[in-house]
Amino acid sequence: MLLQKKPDLTFADVTPKAVYTNRRKFLRDIGIAGAAAALAGERILSIASPNLTAYATSKLNFVKGPYNTDEKVSSIGDVTHYNNFYEFGTEKGDPAKNSQKFRTSPWTVSVEGEVKAPRKFSLDELLKVAPLEERIYRHRCVERWSIVVPWIGYSLSAILKQFEPTPKAKYIAFQSFYDRDQMPESKYTGLEYPYVEGLRMDEAMHPLTLLCVGMYGETLPNQDGAPVRIVVPWKYGYKSIKSIVKIKFQEHEPVTTWNQIASNEYGFYSNVNPNVDHPRWSQATEHRLGEFFTRKTLLFNGYGDLVSSMYNGMDLKKYH
Amino acid sequence: MRKILTSKWTKVFVFLICAIPFAQLCIKLFRSDLGPNPVETLQHTTGDWTLNFLVFTLAITPLRKILKVPELIRFRRMLGLFAFFYVTLHFLTYLGPDQGFNLSGMWDDIAKRKFVTVGFTALVLMIPLAATSTAGMIRRLGGKRWQALHRLIYVSAILGVIHYYWLVKSDVRKPLFYAFWVAILLLWRVWDAYFRGKGSAPAPARPGISVAN
Repeated sequence: MLLQKKPDLTFADVTPKAVYTNRRKFLRDIGIAGAAAALAGERILSIASPNLTAYATSKLNFVKGPYNTDEKVSSIGDVTHYNNFYEFGTEKGDPAKNSQKFRTSPWTVSVEGEVKAPRKFSLDELLKVAPLEERIYRHRCVERWSIVVPWIGYSLSAILKQFEPTPKAKYIAFQSFYDRDQMPESKYTGLEYPYVEGLRMDEAMHPLTLLCVGMYGETLPNQDGAPVRIVVPWKYGYKSIKSIVKIKFQEHEPVTTWNQIASNEYGFYSNVNPNVDHPRWSQATEHRLGEFFTRKTLLFNGYGDLVSSMYNGMDLKKYH
Repeated sequence: MRKILTSKWTKVFVFLICAIPFAQLCIKLFRSDLGPNPVETLQHTTGDWTLNFLVFTLAITPLRKILKVPELIRFRRMLGLFAFFYVTLHFLTYLGPDQGFNLSGMWDDIAKRKFVTVGFTALVLMIPLAATSTAGMIRRLGGKRWQALHRLIYVSAILGVIHYYWLVKSDVRKPLFYAFWVAILLLWRVWDAYFRGKGSAPAPARPGISVAN
């Protein structure tokens, strides 16, 4: 990968490191045979068990950020091998399996719409907008599973503040990268692509809302939304859009992907709320990955004291 | 071929094969190897095997007639009981780890959510079938009545597929796969009854010959 020398180290230049999850457990389980396999090379490990998909990530420099939960961080194996990224398939293990050849470099994010001076950012430019922070957030999926992830990024507001919006700008829409050739599984998933999500301006400007480029100390693995995604910890996971290429200031509420499919099940706001059921299941409890029994779901996923004032007077059932 | 099919050992062999998914789950549970969301893995695996065994059970009569191998009937009861076994496990993972053995919460869920309602109905309809699966019960009910009762499996299979279809978010390929097989197997019965007349009722239920051994 590093055939040419460049004068300056950039984001793409850090030596990629193949990380295998559950390696220790795997070795223990198969004992001597495992040790032999390890000697014979990592290649064998990845062949020996389909669960041990490698992902190439690189170290990031960051400082400790605010709002960190002290709950136990989920295992990186769970976070990278149990998630939704429908462009790569609908099974929880599909993203890890099908995203390994996803090309994330070069990458450009366009900021456009109702702003005085729209512009495009390369990934390296994006990384220099603000110091990177580690934010350990709870993450709650609408399907009732949850994780705790040490994300790395900075408040989305840092980049939004660089733009002068027109008076019309009331919402921010995000768009994911989409390429059918790189994402052949997407044809069968029943969704329209590219994937679109959106936030109200005050939600997008909220310091909790993260422009995220990494997790667990390193760049994002492809399956978790490389190279850049959004994280909105008080909303259901599908609001935290992955692999974004566009950030658009706009006047009208964005037409978002899941909302378009079933608006009664996936509202525009999608704030985590144990008191508002999904039509097909209760949202009162959740399965924290790594725990056997369910735990209670918290209003606004436990971030109520930071965000609830944005929804004062709103009927949270109607605007679910 | 006939000899193999009527051998006692074949039945034992089929039984062991049918128990493999259960054994696999037990081993994985014991080694905490059920993946990041073990409860979901248990639910999905037992649900899939319930539908698989419902389809296998429904396939016996058509295969028996098309291939002209009446001996296949010997395995129908076992396959049906395995469907019931897996649906019971499916229900227990829902009631236990998922609902925390909270019965009132469970009833609430069943009443409120139609995908749970149809799933639960499918399960309840399978109880009398399992209960009357013995040779003694067939004798007591009489072949005709027993057969009529056991047509409830058609309803359970259809409801099971709807249950699955209503569960998934947007990718309906797997539920449609089951819908396809259940539809084929049920339409074959309609076709069979229509063209061959009443002379070949779908399933003999005489205890001595077909189901007792």
